[in-house]
Amino acid sequence: MGREITIKVLKYNPTDSQSTPTFVEYTLEETPGMTLYIALTKIKSSIDHDLTSDFVCRAGICGACGMLVNGKPQLACRTLTSDFEGGKIELLPLPTFKLIKDLSVDTGAWMEKMSLRVHSWIEKHEETDLAKLEKRVEPAVADEVFELDRCIECGICVASCSTAIMREDFVGAVGLNRVARFSIDPHDTRTDEDFYELIGDDDGIFGCMSLMACEDHCPKNLSLQSKIAYMRRKLVMS
Amino acid sequence: MSQKGTIESLTGKNSQKKKSRIPAKMDFLQSATGAILALFITFHLLFESSILLGKESMYHLTKFFEGEFLIEGGSPLFIVFLALGISVVFILHALLAMRKFPSSYREYQRFRTHAKLMGHQDTNLWFIQISSGFMLFFLGSIHLFTMMTQAQNIGPFASSDRIYSDMAWPMYLMLLVSVVLHAGVGVYRLIVKWGWFDGSDPRASRRRHQKIIKGAVLFYLLIGLFSLATYIKIGYEHQADYGERYHLKGEVTHAD
Ligand code: HEM
Ligand code: SF4
Ligand code: FES
Repeated sequence: MGREITIKVLKYNPTDSQSTPTFVEYTLEETPGMTLYIALTKIKSSIDHDLTSDFVCRAGICGACGMLVNGKPQLACRTLTSDFEGGKIELLPLPTFKLIKDLSVDTGAWMEKMSLRVHSWIEKHEETDLAKLEKRVEPAVADEVFELDRCIECGICVASCSTAIMREDFVGAVGLNRVARFSIDPHDTRTDEDFYELIGDDDGIFGCMSLMACEDHCPKNLSLQSKIAYMRRKLVMS
Repeated sequence: MSQKGTIESLTGKNSQKKKSRIPAKMDFLQSATGAILALFITFHLLFESSILLGKESMYHLTKFFEGEFLIEGGSPLFIVFLALGISVVFILHALLAMRKFPSSYREYQRFRTHAKLMGHQDTNLWFIQISSGFMLFFLGSIHLFTMMTQAQNIGPFASSDRIYSDMAWPMYLMLLVSVVLHAGVGVYRLIVKWGWFDGSDPRASRRRHQKIIKGAVLFYLLIGLFSLATYIKIGYEHQADYGERYHLKGEVTHAD
C-alpha cells in the first residue's frame, strides 16, 4: 500500500459567471513511479470529473502540461509525486498565459503571437533557386541550431520570468532563444540590423533583467543565459 | 514638436521605418554607469577602511586624494570634483535603472507573489537589488551632498566627529549595507547579463561567480562595519575636542 498524498488545486473557470476561484484538495493513494500526470488522471477519473488539465505526450515532448508545482513552474508529466517528502503538492496554472480553466492555460495563442513577432522562420535576402543543391552547413553549426530547436514551447521560461510577470508584452526567453536560433542558422540571411527591428526594444532583448529563472527552470535545459547574453551583445552594438 | 519625434511616437519607427537605437544605448549605459559606480565603491570602501591601519594611514590617504602630490598641503576641491563626477554617474544610473522598478500595485503584487511562490535565488536577489537601490536614492544623495559641501572635513578626527558627534553613523550604517549588497548583486548581474567569463561551461561559471560575489560582499561588509566602529570609537574619545583637527606627530603647522 502506497502512502497517502494530497494534491491541492486552484480551480476556476473564467468563462463561467458562477465560478469563483477556490482551492480544492484531493487525497489519493500514491502508486510506484506515479507522476503528476498519473495522479491528475486518477483524480479526474475517480474523484472530480470537472477538473481540467492538459496532457498530450506524457513524456516531456509536447510542452502541454506546464504548471506551478509547489510554486515552481515545471512539466507535470515529468514530475514524480515521490519527489515531495511530505506528500503535499499544490498545483496552480502557469501565470502569464490566458487561463482556460483550472490548470489549463492557452500557451498556444501566446506562442503564435511570439512567433509572428520574431518572424520565426527562415528569411533570405536572395531568391532560392530550387534547381540548385542547398548550401552545405558545417555539422558543428547544424548541431548548434538543432540544440536550440529542442525548445518545446512549454512556456515555463515565460511563467518563471519576473519581467514577463510584470510586463505583458515581454517577448520572453523562448522568443529570444528563437531569434538566436535563426541568427546562427546560415540558411537565414538576416543581419543584426534586421533582428534589431524585431526585438531591439524594452519589450524585447533590452527588457530582460537577467534574473535567470528561465535558465533554471527550462525542462529542456537550454542554455538560455548564454543565448540571451549573445543576442544582447550583438544587438547593443548594431 | 519635431517631425522626427512625432513620427516615432505615432508609428514606433523613424521615417526610414527603422526602430530607435535609444533602448540599446540605455541598456548599455545602465550597465556602464553601474559598473563605474561599482568599481568606484570597491576602491572607496578599501580607502575608507584605512582607518583600521591607524589614524596616520587614513590621514595620508586623505591628503593624497586632496592632491598633496600636486599642490602643497592639498586642496579639498579635488574631493569636491570627485564627488561631483560620481554624482553625475549616480543620478544617470538611478534614472536608467528606475525604469525596471515595479510601477503599479498590480506589477508589484504579481512580482512579489510569484517570487515567494517560486523561491528562486536570482529572482530574490533582484528584490534585494531594487530595495537597496531605492534606499540609495536617499542615502547616496545625503552622502554625496555632504562630500561636496564639506569636503574640507575629512580626516581621522573630522570624519569621526561627523560620524559620532554629528550622529551620522546610523545613516552610514544603512548606506554601507545597502551599497555593498546593491553593488554585489549588481556586479553579479553584469556578469550574467553580458555573458562575461562564461568559459566553456557557463553553468559552472555562474555558480563560481555566485560564490566569489558572496565572498566579496561578506568581505566588504566586514571591513565596512569594523571601520565604522573604529570611527565611532575615535569620535567618542574625541567628543570633548570636537572640531579639532588631526596632525601628524611632530608637525609644526596647524594648517589642518
Ligand atoms: C539611487 C541609487 C541607485 C538606484 C535607484 C539603483 C537602482 C538599480 C536597479 C533597479 C538596478 C537593476 C537594473 C536591472 O535590473 O536591470 C541596478 C543595477 C545596478 N546597479 Fe544600481 N542603483 C543605484 C545606485 C547604485 C550604486 C551606488 C552602485 C554601485 C555601487 C550601483 C551599481 C549597480 C550595478 C553594477 C547594476 C547592474 C547593472 C545592470 O544590470 O545593467 N547602483 N541599480
Ligand atoms: S525555452 Fe525551455 S522553458 Fe522556454 S518554452 Fe522552450 S523548452 Fe519551455
Ligand atoms: S504532456 Fe507533453 S510535455 Fe507533459
